[in-house]
Amino acid sequence: MSSETQAHFTDFKSDKQPTWCPGCGDFGTMNGMMKALANTGNDPDNTFLVAGIGCSGKIGTYMHSYALHGVHGRALPLGTGVKLANPELEVMVAGGDGDGYSIGAGHFVHAVRRNVDMTYVVMDNRIYGLTKGQASPTSREDFETSTSPEGTKQSPVHPLALAFSAGATFIGQTFSSDALGHAAVIEEAIEHDGFALVNTYSPCVTFNDVDTYDYFRDAIVDLEEEGHDPTDYEAAREKIMDFDTVYTGVLYQDESSVGYEKRLGLSESMADVPEGAPDGADDLVREFY
Amino acid sequence: MPEDLNWAIGGEAGDGIDSTGKIFAQALSRAGRHVFTSKDFASRIRGGYTAYKVRTSVDRVDSVVDRLDVLVALTQRTIDENTEELHDESVIIYDGERSWDAEIPEEVVGLDVPLKSLAEDAGGAIMQNVVALGAACAVADFDIEYLDSSLEKRFGSKGSKLVENNQQAARMGRDYVYENYDHDYPYSLETTDEDYVLLNGDEAIGMGAIAAGCKFYAGYPITPATAVMEYLMGRIDRFGGTVIQAEDELAAINMTLGAARTGARAMTATSGPGIDLMTETFGLVATSETPMVIVDVMRSGPSTGMPTKQEQGDLNMLLYGGHGEIPRFVVAPTTVAECFHKTVEAFNLAEKYQTPVYLVGDLAMAVTEQTFSPEEFDMDAVENDRGKIVPEEEIEEWLDDEGHFRAHANTEDGISPRALPGTANGAHMSTGLEHDELGRRTEDTEVRVEQVDKRNRKVETAREREDWSAREFGNPDSGNLVVSWGSNEGAIREAMAEFDIDARFISVPYIFPRPDLTEAVEAAEETVVIECNATGQFADLIEHDTLTRVKRINKYNGVQFAADELAEEISAVFDGVEPEVTA
Repeated sequence: MSSETQAHFTDFKSDKQPTWCPGCGDFGTMNGMMKALANTGNDPDNTFLVAGIGCSGKIGTYMHSYALHGVHGRALPLGTGVKLANPELEVMVAGGDGDGYSIGAGHFVHAVRRNVDMTYVVMDNRIYGLTKGQASPTSREDFETSTSPEGTKQSPVHPLALAFSAGATFIGQTFSSDALGHAAVIEEAIEHDGFALVNTYSPCVTFNDVDTYDYFRDAIVDLEEEGHDPTDYEAAREKIMDFDTVYTGVLYQDESSVGYEKRLGLSESMADVPEGAPDGADDLVREFY
Repeated sequence: MPEDLNWAIGGEAGDGIDSTGKIFAQALSRAGRHVFTSKDFASRIRGGYTAYKVRTSVDRVDSVVDRLDVLVALTQRTIDENTEELHDESVIIYDGERSWDAEIPEEVVGLDVPLKSLAEDAGGAIMQNVVALGAACAVADFDIEYLDSSLEKRFGSKGSKLVENNQQAARMGRDYVYENYDHDYPYSLETTDEDYVLLNGDEAIGMGAIAAGCKFYAGYPITPATAVMEYLMGRIDRFGGTVIQAEDELAAINMTLGAARTGARAMTATSGPGIDLMTETFGLVATSETPMVIVDVMRSGPSTGMPTKQEQGDLNMLLYGGHGEIPRFVVAPTTVAECFHKTVEAFNLAEKYQTPVYLVGDLAMAVTEQTFSPEEFDMDAVENDRGKIVPEEEIEEWLDDEGHFRAHANTEDGISPRALPGTANGAHMSTGLEHDELGRRTEDTEVRVEQVDKRNRKVETAREREDWSAREFGNPDSGNLVVSWGSNEGAIREAMAEFDIDARFISVPYIFPRPDLTEAVEAAEETVVIECNATGQFADLIEHDTLTRVKRINKYNGVQFAADELAEEISAVFDGVEPEVTA
């Protein structure tokens, strides 16, 4: 991909056919990610996609870019290492609600507070799909699954609130079948300087008959139509802490955010290695006299 | 045995034992004397017995001995803990004005020096340890100007007043001994014009990493590996790199993997419990064929074990840890200086073969400060070999008919091309799933076998191309063979030299692949394998390789081998006496 020609979103598509179930929300989630990458001037050679485990984790196979498919729950540390070692790369991390908010919940909190410049798209379907239908950390308390026959009897994780309390600088939420709205929020997330969470409702048509397309279509409140100002901290907090409403759009953005890599003074790729010890290495020995 | 002086300071953790010991060791180093230090510390911040021991000679010293000549005792426990190492010419420096009544063993000379009140006269009670150093200079007949220089190095950045006060405190300690005691002690520390450097194994690993062009380090604090991170912090940034303190070991190895995929030379360091946590990702590193160096500074296990004590118990985990079969290199430096060289080599191995490398140190080597000629850390001799990185103009050669980059191309030597992110037309996915040449998931039986064979073939290629030789000492024609790995080398060499043990000694710095010792073992009448663990993990490997039973000397009480102790045990083996295992 030469830098003179603007990439088309199909350049980010691989020739592998997805094995997601017909009707899966992940198709729309992925399309929006590819569109947003192309629209923000990226191409597959400067893009690094990190994926976790689960249905969402398959995305690395269906997209085309430099990519790393990690072990369960560790996608965010991988993305952190990629971005710090080469800040010139556009880093996008994709995962599911299990990957990000259960096994990876610890990393999530620290990625948020570290504020490395990357975009984290969580395909939230409130169920474990690839293991065939168990409760996820975002499942409703009364949701009956093979591992929660009488409901989970646990309060769900509220990802936006968790991110907000950890000091997030960008919090967005989208619905995968709202193609334009979804891509637009990811574009803003890419352009945000710092860690951007985009929680994307990506329905599982096979195992979740509660959090369906119809449910989300009826429940969603579009923040843009509401005239919400994401830079207004108090207004953002009010929306984020309202667990009874499903908002889409950018809920919160701290426009003064500066990515962690910049605060560390990193701007160049660390890939260059001299043929011998670097200049000045002799001083390291001298220190021990 | 080169032992002009064995000195120690002991007290409670938080008493400044470590820095005081280091100041004395540095003064000796600046006086052109060799130094070998060891530490005895408890796993707590304050309280608990702590000691810093310095062995010094004009000749090179490579180990500890069970002997103490001059002891600075800040607590009674310091004396009690070391009673067996004291002899009839030992001197104990203590402060009789403090609240404890020192019980000095009968045959030992006790010098009561008012450390605290002299320190207060010099400007502050905190300098009582420095007063003791001055007193030690008087006992050891050591020129106090070297101590001045060492104090300048330690406190120079905090202002000249502090340096002067400390130098004054040291003189008051020295003069007090001169004025109040006959100083006919049998010690006299000769100085030379040699310029030595003084450093420990963790520092040598950190320095080796920078020399090798490592720019990315992520780690999580853990004894005794933390000093690697502390060394790199504040230094690696001068060379364009960064150090990240991750939230845990899982994050640390994953950040390191992410950085390594961008083409950076990247490293993490931890100790056994951290390796446990990293093992899942280790499989991904190997399967995605990502070059990476993972340092394990071993301590006593299992579980939390004895975090501040010596052991070499992780070998099996490093060799076999992880589900499935994982090609890897395991390299184990045998001296502090080798920590530097093997770190450089580890990066080259990792990149040439696109395989993770475990670099294994141990607590004894990590915290031991030892003097070396600076030439042993020759930066001009460092060579960095990056392996098969494909430049943009050659990428075409590695594309398939449809223009996809063959990141796992099935080559004859098993090593595939690497396209670093940013390289045009090199985009590809890396995964821990079994994959085809393009890196795409597969369950095709033939491709599976092809890729497994390809990855394992890299090890065979490395066996042919690299020099996996061992370090040899002693008499090559002797029928007695001693084999060891890791930090035991120094103690074994000294034991053999000083106690006239006739043996061939092979010190093995490579665990996998490792040199073939079959011929050596077959040629020997008796072979003994020495290691700091209970089960003889390395001895098992030697038996496996050579199909010959070997004898074993194992120590697992948390303390490293001492030369004199080893001399007895080795002699016993070769004289046909079964050694008693030290527990």
